[in-house]
Amino acid sequence: MYTSMHNDSRFGTTPLKDAPLRKDGMEKVRGTARYVADITYPGMLHAVTARTRLPGGTIASITFDDHVPWSEYVVVTARDIPGINAVKMIETDQPVLVETHYRHAGEPVVLIAHPDPQALADALAAVHIDERPYAKPPVFAIEEALRADTRRIAADNVYRDYLMEKGSVMDAEKESCQVFEAEYHTGAQEHLYIEPQGMMARMEGGILTVEGSLQCPYYVHAALMYATGLPEERVRVLQCATGGAFGGKEEYPSHIACHAALVTMKAGGRPVALIYGRGEDMAVTPKRHPSRSRVRLGASRDGRLRFIDIDFVIDGGAYLTLSPVVLSRGVIHAAGPYRCDNVRVRARAVATNHPPFGAFRGFGAPQSIFALEAALDELARMLEMEPDVLRRRNVLAPGDISPAGQRIEGPLDMQRVIGQALEACDYHAKVEAYRQWNAQKGAIRKGIGLATFYHGAGFTGNGELALRSRAGLRVGADGLVEILTSTTEMGQGMQTTLSGIVAEALRIPYEGVAVARPDTRDVPNSGPTVASRTCMVVGAILARAADDLIARLRADAALPSVYGYGEFRDACARLHAAGGVTTIIADYRHPAGNEWDESVFQGSPYASFAWACYVAEVEVDAVTGETRIVDFTAVQEVGRVVHATVAAGQIEGGVVQGIGYALFEDVRFGADGQMANNRITNYIIPTSADIPPIRVLFLESRHGAGPGGAAGIGELPMDGPAPAIINAINAALGTEIRHVPAMPEHILAAMDRRSA
Amino acid sequence: MRWYAPRKLHEALALLTERPDLIPIAGGTDIMVGRDPRACGHDYLSLANVAALRGIRETPAGVAIGALATMTEIGRHPIVCRALPALAASARATGAFAIQNRATLGGNIMNASPAADNAPVLLAYGASVSLMSVARLRHVPYENFHSGYKVTVRRPEEILGEIFVPYAPLGARHYFRKVGTRRAQAISKVGLAALLVGRPGAWERVRFGFSSVAATPILACALAATITGTARGLPDDEGLAEALGRDLAARDDIRSTAEYRRRIALNLVREALAPWRHQGGCDAGQ
Ligand SMILES: Cc1cc2nc3c(=O)[nH]c(=O)nc-3n(C[C@H](O)[C@H](O)[C@H](O)COP(=O)(O)OP(=O)(O)OC[C@H]3O[C@@H](n4cnc5c(N)ncnc54)[C@H](O)[C@@H]3O)c2cc1C
Repeated sequence: MYTSMHNDSRFGTTPLKDAPLRKDGMEKVRGTARYVADITYPGMLHAVTARTRLPGGTIASITFDDHVPWSEYVVVTARDIPGINAVKMIETDQPVLVETHYRHAGEPVVLIAHPDPQALADALAAVHIDERPYAKPPVFAIEEALRADTRRIAADNVYRDYLMEKGSVMDAEKESCQVFEAEYHTGAQEHLYIEPQGMMARMEGGILTVEGSLQCPYYVHAALMYATGLPEERVRVLQCATGGAFGGKEEYPSHIACHAALVTMKAGGRPVALIYGRGEDMAVTPKRHPSRSRVRLGASRDGRLRFIDIDFVIDGGAYLTLSPVVLSRGVIHAAGPYRCDNVRVRARAVATNHPPFGAFRGFGAPQSIFALEAALDELARMLEMEPDVLRRRNVLAPGDISPAGQRIEGPLDMQRVIGQALEACDYHAKVEAYRQWNAQKGAIRKGIGLATFYHGAGFTGNGELALRSRAGLRVGADGLVEILTSTTEMGQGMQTTLSGIVAEALRIPYEGVAVARPDTRDVPNSGPTVASRTCMVVGAILARAADDLIARLRADAALPSVYGYGEFRDACARLHAAGGVTTIIADYRHPAGNEWDESVFQGSPYASFAWACYVAEVEVDAVTGETRIVDFTAVQEVGRVVHATVAAGQIEGGVVQGIGYALFEDVRFGADGQMANNRITNYIIPTSADIPPIRVLFLESRHGAGPGGAAGIGELPMDGPAPAIINAINAALGTEIRHVPAMPEHILAAMDRRSA
Repeated sequence: MRWYAPRKLHEALALLTERPDLIPIAGGTDIMVGRDPRACGHDYLSLANVAALRGIRETPAGVAIGALATMTEIGRHPIVCRALPALAASARATGAFAIQNRATLGGNIMNASPAADNAPVLLAYGASVSLMSVARLRHVPYENFHSGYKVTVRRPEEILGEIFVPYAPLGARHYFRKVGTRRAQAISKVGLAALLVGRPGAWERVRFGFSSVAATPILACALAATITGTARGLPDDEGLAEALGRDLAARDDIRSTAEYRRRIALNLVREALAPWRHQGGCDAGQ
């Protein structure tokens, strides 16, 4: 029931050699994988984008300098859009190309294409967009957006205002309890996928064909139909090998795809590559939403939570994009995995003049979990309790009702998760040892901190019902089973995990399963590749498709009830001989009893959660304020580990991203509201030299809704590192740091405040 | 774009005299970062094949380092490691392994970034550089090499030939510390190298070289004067801070704040002086 794996030899061997090789491993290791920038077509054009410079305003005119031979170029503006000038998302408030009014710097206005990529820089400089600012100054901060007298970007500058309420905070306040109150902030975060975004468009036999770096082929497909006015069957979207995404390629690929499509349509169907450079990608594509949380916690003297009262606000940027769903996930996770009868979370997504913020691994949860987990440590300090004791006293157990009103089902045991984490890192001994060490007041201070949390897998609430995902299997004469899904591989190991699930369900070797290329002409819509839903939701659909395939082979091709791989293939050959290639598509089935009322945020928001306790150990240099993470423990209850290496890789990668979020990744905004440090030199993510040994341990109680009891794990590891690290720093220094990233500059200042 | 790659130094010098617009390129680790792939390229003079610019030579007075010597070569060189440990340390703190295999010392100082990691050490050790052209060879003390933000005294027809680093007296304290944005592959927020010989009241040499606290790498002369001018012990923190205030022109930028830089500069100076801080200086009085 318990597996463990880590890069720490004290904990035994890694199961690397036992796990099947990644499906996409060889082509990536050998450099033969084809990314969009690797593709060339004869006569293809290269395109660039001219953008607005002011943080909102109107365009008075666009002029083109004479010295450029414009006849050699293809030039596209909003007037060339055959369909609707809006990017199809939750709403359609964002133009594909700006015509007159716009809301932020960096909005696309003109597209220019030429066969020679080196002819683009001069032409771009020869396009003059005459911009007029709005009367009121731009709005860049959450509090400014909420003030009544500032510039209005959307109605009241609030995209969504949600309330999750359980019991009555007001009543709980009347009874005697200890109250802790503070405000927490999290910064924006850039995905920094290795491969910048890019799309290639062309007309092929009257069909608009777009391929590129993306997470969600059918989102792009829908956006293309909307902007071009072409019918479904005349639009085709394919995924290329994708070099990382983390949510950053959920939505923005639709923009680039529309742009590339407009150019190819104007250029008579010639292939067009629109590939962003790193600087452009970082400046204009969405990032993690910055947030502000006001947290009030009421507790009895012995540390039982009496109320949790949170005011949570995220900066949505200049258009709505995905902010409503980021917000709802943030709300549901804001009160953590704790038992508390009185909970109130008010949550708003506000409009500012930044480029829109968007999906990023964790999707609102890392923000709200950071605030709560950091506040819990401060509450523990106030109550003179150990942080682990406070958590153990309140964490949800089977039979409890979660803050969103969901009943927790066994057999999962969060006490065991916490116990395992504390034991693995020798927590109690270290707490004591570091206390003594720090009493000497040397240059290096040491601290240890933890966070306990859970993360819901799949679309929030009734989202999966609305998606009605489909996925399937295809088998031909040779018995090779091909997975048909629009779920995309972007480095996370989805091909490997899903192949393992199908192989297991069919009782055939892993090598007998392959994954078809995501191509909207060939694969059904399995929903977007987001929200930790691949293994749990799509995996479950595929497991049922596998059952259907076996049933078909039994009925139509005499597959014996007990069979070896040879007999399986023979049966496939018979099936093929009788009826050709067989395709079996299965539909999503909603778990029974999972109702959700979005209007009051009560019910079952997710089919299952993964549960975790993370512990960080830090050393802070009091001379420079630099923090070094010396050890990290990540213990999680994930229901079931489907593929050991892929799962451990997800956790380690997420922890590293979380370390970056906590200590290094500081998106700086210029006066125009765009990211100013939009270069890898200046936007600092951790390198391997900054990463400690990461102990990854899994508990597998089979509680999840996925195949064999698996829950989703993709986003979980993003939630815990930031609060665990900040708690460790505050423990080391006695400071009250309440934001991430906590840079050396802030840490020294916090030490000053403490001494003052 | 044209690419010239002569093998002989005189050919390279002749080419540059004829075409002073050519951009010399050594490891390319600065130049390539700045290139815009959407614009037409420049013409380059690759120095990579010019053997005369390679190598690290030991001389009786110091170590002569060819402009093309890489960070890896410098960081591992036995004489450098033994006699000039601060330079070995700064070479190993430049970028990370892959960059160190290509990045040259000549390129590091010719790029003339105020954040160049090896500049403080060269200032502290009192290095000099040779600049060569068809017409002549001249030697310039490194402390006079940077004439402004990203500007050096090199003339367009000149090639940087060698960096000469004199040995330090026996018993010297060689100090180097880089405070970057992370542990590797980082541009420094503050870099400090110090060469300290003697003791409070009887200093023989006090040289502090800084990066990232002004428009160029700087030799902190006011700081040195304050330390050598203190008859007994060391100046107190206020005295050090006041002197640093005259040397530093720290600014807020994308990587850090002026305040943090000033403060870290002081903390690093204190750390460099640590061996003496508890002997007869202000600390002893506490
Ligand atoms: C990922 C990365 C990390 C980096 N990290 C660091 C770091 O931590 N610290 C740091 O200081 N730097 C860092 N750098 C910058 C760079 O690597 C160093 O400055 C390096 O020493 C430059 O050497 P080069 O040979 O590559 O120079 P090049 O790029 O070839 O040239 C740099 C400049 O010097 C000129 N030049 C070179 N040689 C000569 C010569 N002999 N005569 C005349 N002119 C010449 C060139 O014309 C150009 O202007 C980093 C760069 C990258 C890409």
